[in-house]
Amino acid sequence: MTIERDPAPQFAEFSHPERLVSADWLEERLGQPGLVVVESDEDVLLYETGHIRGAVKIDWHTDLNDPVTRDYIDGENFAKLMSRSGISRDTTVVIYGDKTNWWAAYALWVFTLFGHEDVRLLDGGRAKWEADGREYTLEAPTPTPTEYPIVERQDSVIRAFRDDVLAHLGDPLVDVRSPEEYSGERTTAPAYPEEGALRAGHIPSAQSVPWSKAVADDGTFRPLSELNEIYREGAGLKDGDQIVAYCRIGERSSHTWFVLNYLMGFENVRNYDGSWTEWGSLVAVPIVTGAEPGEVPSR
Amino acid sequence: MSEQQIPTQLAEIRDDFLELQLRDRLQLLLEFANELPELPERYRDHPDLFERVEECQSPVFIFIEVEDDTVQMYATAPPEAPTTRGFASILAQGLSGLSTAEVLELTDDYPQSLGLAQAVSPLRLRGMTGMLARAKRQIRLKSAV
Repeated sequence: MTIERDPAPQFAEFSHPERLVSADWLEERLGQPGLVVVESDEDVLLYETGHIRGAVKIDWHTDLNDPVTRDYIDGENFAKLMSRSGISRDTTVVIYGDKTNWWAAYALWVFTLFGHEDVRLLDGGRAKWEADGREYTLEAPTPTPTEYPIVERQDSVIRAFRDDVLAHLGDPLVDVRSPEEYSGERTTAPAYPEEGALRAGHIPSAQSVPWSKAVADDGTFRPLSELNEIYREGAGLKDGDQIVAYCRIGERSSHTWFVLNYLMGFENVRNYDGSWTEWGSLVAVPIVTGAEPGEVPSR
Repeated sequence: MSEQQIPTQLAEIRDDFLELQLRDRLQLLLEFANELPELPERYRDHPDLFERVEECQSPVFIFIEVEDDTVQMYATAPPEAPTTRGFASILAQGLSGLSTAEVLELTDDYPQSLGLAQAVSPLRLRGMTGMLARAKRQIRLKSAV
C-alpha cells in the first residue's frame, strides 16, 4: 500500500481496517502524492456543486458502465479512465459519495474487479463530511495522465452471474433491498422509479437485510458487535459460508459486499449485479413472495 | 413533430445546450438547477397541491397553474439533487408562459432533444420525461374544468 492506513481506533476491530479512512485522516493528507480522491454519486451533478479539494469525479452510468452492453467497461477503457483520473496502478484511491456511499461502494467494487489493490472508502461519505462542516471546492482538478496498465476484468471471484446464482441456491443469499421489494409489494425501492422487472418478490431462501442496517445515523459504519448481531445472529451467516448479495441493479449490494467482505471478514462473498432487474424478468426461475425467505425448490 | 412546432423559448433552451461541448452541457444544467425559483409565497405551505414525480430518483414535486389558458409551472427539489432540480428548472422556464395547447402539443421527446443523454445517461433523463408527462396531465385535468 502506498499510503499508511488510518489507525483510527473505530476501524481496528474490522477484518480489513485498511479499507476505511476517516475524514480527519483524509483532510490531513489531501494533495499528498500517491493519493487520489474519487467522488462517485447517484446524482451526476452533485460533484459540480462542490467536492473535496482535488477529488476527481467518476460516474457509474457514464464512466463505469459499458454504453451498449449491460456490463462494466473493459480493461482498456478502465485503463483510459484511470489515466485521465491521474490514477496509477499503485495509487491509493479513496472513494466517497452521496447516499451513504452507495455508489462509492459500487465504484470500489468495480475497481476491485480490475484488481486495483489499494482502494478505500471514506467512512460516512459526503453527508458526514458536510455535517462536520468540512470544506468543498468548485475547482475541478486537472490530473496528469498516467500509464495505467490494461488489466482484464476478473469476474469470477467477487461477481455472480445469474447461472452462478441458480447453482448457488441452497447457500446463503442476502437480499439487501427494502422490505417492500423483498415481499413483492413493489419492484423498486420506495420513492424510486419503477425500473423494468416483470415479477416482484425475492430469490428463494434469501435473507432480508436492508443495506442501510449496516450504517449508523451519521452515515458511518456500525461497530463490529452490531454488525455481528445483524448479519450473524439475524441473518444466520457463518464463517466459511459462500454468500451472494443482491439488490436491484447491484449498487446497494456492493455496499453490503463491502461490509461482509472487508469489515466482517467473510471470505467468499459475491455481488450479483444483475440483481432483481434481471432475476425478476428471467423466464422460469423460482421466486418467493411474502415476508418469509421460502424454500429452495428441489432440482 | 416538425421543427416549427416547438415554441421559441423551448427551442432556445435546446439550442443553448446543443451549442456546447458535453462537459459544458453539465455546467449549463447546473446553472438551471441554481436558477430554479423558490415557490411563490402562496404555495409554500401547500404541499398537498404538488404532485410527486415518481420517475425521478430524488424527491421532486411539480404543480401547474393554468390561468387565462396560460401555463405556469412550479417545482421544488432538494439541493442535494441538482440534476433533478436542473430538469425541473428547464421545464419551469420552458413551459411557463405558453398556452395550454402549446404545451400539450409539445413532443414528449423534448428532453431527448437537449443532447443530455450522453452527459447524464438515458436512464437519468427518464426523470425529465416523466416530469413533462405529469405536467401535461395536470394541464389536461385543469383545462377540462
